[in-house]
Amino acid sequence: MLRRLDTLIAPVVAIVFSIVFASFILLAFGANPLDTFLRMFEYATTPRSMALILNSSTTYYFSAVAVAIGFKMNLFNIGVNGQYRLATAVAALVAGYITFPGYIGIPIIIFISMLVGAAWAGIAAWLKVVRGVSEVISTIMLNFIAIGLIAYLMAPSVLGVQTAENVIGTPIIPEGNRIPEITLGNAPIPVYGMILLAVALGFAYWYILNRTRFGFDLRAVGMSPTAAVASGVNVKRMTVYAMLLSGAVAGLVGLPLLLGAQYTFTVNFPGNYGFTGIAIALLGRNHPVGIAFGALLWAFLDVSAQILDLIGVPREVIVIMQGVIVLSVVIAYEVTRRIKVRRQQAAVGMAGHQ
Amino acid sequence: MLAVELSGIWKRFPGVIANKDINLRVDVGTVHAIVGENGSGKSTLMKILYGMQKADEGTITVNGKPIVFSSPSDAIEVGIGMVHQHFMLADNLTVLENVVLGSEPSKAGRLDFGAARKRILEISNSYGLDITPDVLVSELGVGDRQRVEILKVLYRGARILILDEPTAVLVPHEVEELFQALNGLKAEGITIIFISHKLDEVLEIADAITVIRRGETVASLNPKQQQVTAEQLAELMVGSELPTPETQGSTVTDKVVLSVARLTSVNKDGKEDISNLDFKIHAGEILGIAGVEGNGQSELVEAIMGTRAATGEITISGVNVSNLGTRKRRELGVAYIPEDRSRLALLLDAPLWENRILGHQTKAPNAKGFRLTPKLAKEDTKTIVKEFDVRTPGIDVLASALSGGNQQKLIVGREMSSNPILLIASHPTRGVDVGAQAAIWDHLRAARENGLAVLLISADLDELIGLSDSIKVILRGKFVADADPTNVTPQELGNAMTGAVKAAS
Repeated sequence: MLRRLDTLIAPVVAIVFSIVFASFILLAFGANPLDTFLRMFEYATTPRSMALILNSSTTYYFSAVAVAIGFKMNLFNIGVNGQYRLATAVAALVAGYITFPGYIGIPIIIFISMLVGAAWAGIAAWLKVVRGVSEVISTIMLNFIAIGLIAYLMAPSVLGVQTAENVIGTPIIPEGNRIPEITLGNAPIPVYGMILLAVALGFAYWYILNRTRFGFDLRAVGMSPTAAVASGVNVKRMTVYAMLLSGAVAGLVGLPLLLGAQYTFTVNFPGNYGFTGIAIALLGRNHPVGIAFGALLWAFLDVSAQILDLIGVPREVIVIMQGVIVLSVVIAYEVTRRIKVRRQQAAVGMAGHQ
Repeated sequence: MLAVELSGIWKRFPGVIANKDINLRVDVGTVHAIVGENGSGKSTLMKILYGMQKADEGTITVNGKPIVFSSPSDAIEVGIGMVHQHFMLADNLTVLENVVLGSEPSKAGRLDFGAARKRILEISNSYGLDITPDVLVSELGVGDRQRVEILKVLYRGARILILDEPTAVLVPHEVEELFQALNGLKAEGITIIFISHKLDEVLEIADAITVIRRGETVASLNPKQQQVTAEQLAELMVGSELPTPETQGSTVTDKVVLSVARLTSVNKDGKEDISNLDFKIHAGEILGIAGVEGNGQSELVEAIMGTRAATGEITISGVNVSNLGTRKRRELGVAYIPEDRSRLALLLDAPLWENRILGHQTKAPNAKGFRLTPKLAKEDTKTIVKEFDVRTPGIDVLASALSGGNQQKLIVGREMSSNPILLIASHPTRGVDVGAQAAIWDHLRAARENGLAVLLISADLDELIGLSDSIKVILRGKFVADADPTNVTPQELGNAMTGAVKAAS
């Protein structure tokens, strides 16, 4: 129980600190912080907002888990953006052009999307293992290549179609390939069906990391590559697996929006969930439950920011707050980690002299 | 004249007394050694003297003046400098830049490297440190880096140097160079406090020795005036007679467990680190490899474990493993106690029970199929902690929280409890205290009787001679002699190691 509390202290301190920080900014803008926060909270707890929060956090969750898989092995996958955009584009083309019988289309589309994400990340893995290229460099460059590739695929002369005036994208996805939505109570907006997949993914992520040999090897490489090698782990192979997994999960990021709301991929498809994922993975400390809370908090702030315009407060305050939370949480984690190590050393010292 | 006098120093931590009534008198211009087991309180004492910790009681007098330190900068102020065991140098800066880092000389607001370079050369020349200011630290060997650390401290005006286990990271010829440098410093009136538990080295360099046991000063010796032996020192450190590594009788069988043929490994400079090694180890046999460090021992171990590319043939109980990975080899029953425990044998940020899994990920009690079995692994860790006397409050503490000796006991326990048929052990008792050393020897002996084959590499020649059934001497990657442990003396073995003469065989 005490240990649970320990892990909570860092994020709580960070959040309190950023609330205080945001309050000062609000004061500087001449707004009443308490009043503003109350209005935000009030707005975010309406049924409509809550559905929006759940939907955004579903997307964020996939993205953050994709990043966290890399982090666990000290791989920095900055290429989630490119991976999911390309994956979503290909998935949208498949879903738009092919009508599958019954419900078998959905798993096929999800699988293809994961495959494309994994393949795109696999290029970076291959470069790292064979040529020693840092994945930070290769993934970020692959993001740009992905954008170019998508633009090519979406050209009307290739596979794109005009879906609305001045909008070019994939054909509208037929009913059978869409993922059913869930309506919660009296919420005017339904919740993505893929939220269930996010929950399942969180559990799978936890199970694989902590309860399988594969996960142990992966974490061992992250903690000490030299010790991992001596213990018999093939580090190059693990690097490839981890990048492929990270890319496969990244392939899921765009699907809730594609198959649950937009039903078409256009060149205007949101393209920055990858970076949000990095922030949330840091916030949740790569832990499946931590990431879930991080995603919900992030989405809560996103949604509640919408009221700020109406009450005459610049909504950028929220962006500042998100940034401050991430920075202070990273610092707070490090501080609590040091305290923990010191406390353990003291305890060990006592045991040594019994 | 006394450079440093500590009297009646007490230091208590919650539940522990680290120092009780320590008295230490260090003369100016001498090398004063402080010896004691792991956890005897010598590190705490040095931290107090360097201002990193505050004594609860007692007085510190430096150059005749009583002093109260509240931080290391106070200690530096009165001319006390510390050279840590782990170097604190930036690899990608030059020696000059590293030395001035933190106290950069400036002239009219600009860095004045010219003056600094001149002073560095002056210091280097007058103390015989042999340092070139303009090379990158990354190009220096360990011994050079250490002398840069010493110079760094002297550059800041230190006249009293504390060296914390300075020889732990050095190979023998570097130790010689260090001692030459220390003698140079001594001749110029610098006082050196030398912390170590390598007793032969202490006897070689020290003018005075203070022995600490369980936080108390138990003896002050003067090896230049009275006859002191390493055995006497060790017994003072431990407070009882020393255990010996002797094994009883031969348990060697005719069953070959490890067979190595024409083993050769070429490093990236194209040089052969080990060339054409041939040997066999039988069940129940301990084969000792004697050699000055850096003559191919590490490469031999890594080639057998499969973490280094090598040609030739390695067979483990009949299976040719030459083309198999490390994991496959371990699964055949190879236990591994590596030389560098924190880098190769531990996940420092993981709890003890996860460290119990490391290296044995695929076997019971750690895993069943692809699944880990944390519950069983935890229970087994508790058994290891108990059997191998690992001093820890529990198995959920991180490995980094344990002292070096306790980490080693955990590693030995882990490797021995996997029922290995072959043990590859590099310096299995390095850095552990005498009690733990005896326990590790007991475990090795018992396992040998039960048919374990052991490849033993150790710099401790008594250990090597005492435990081994046969000894091979390695020099520049080749076996140059065989020695019979029943009648070879450490001196003869030492000579063979340096290539001076053939060992008695």
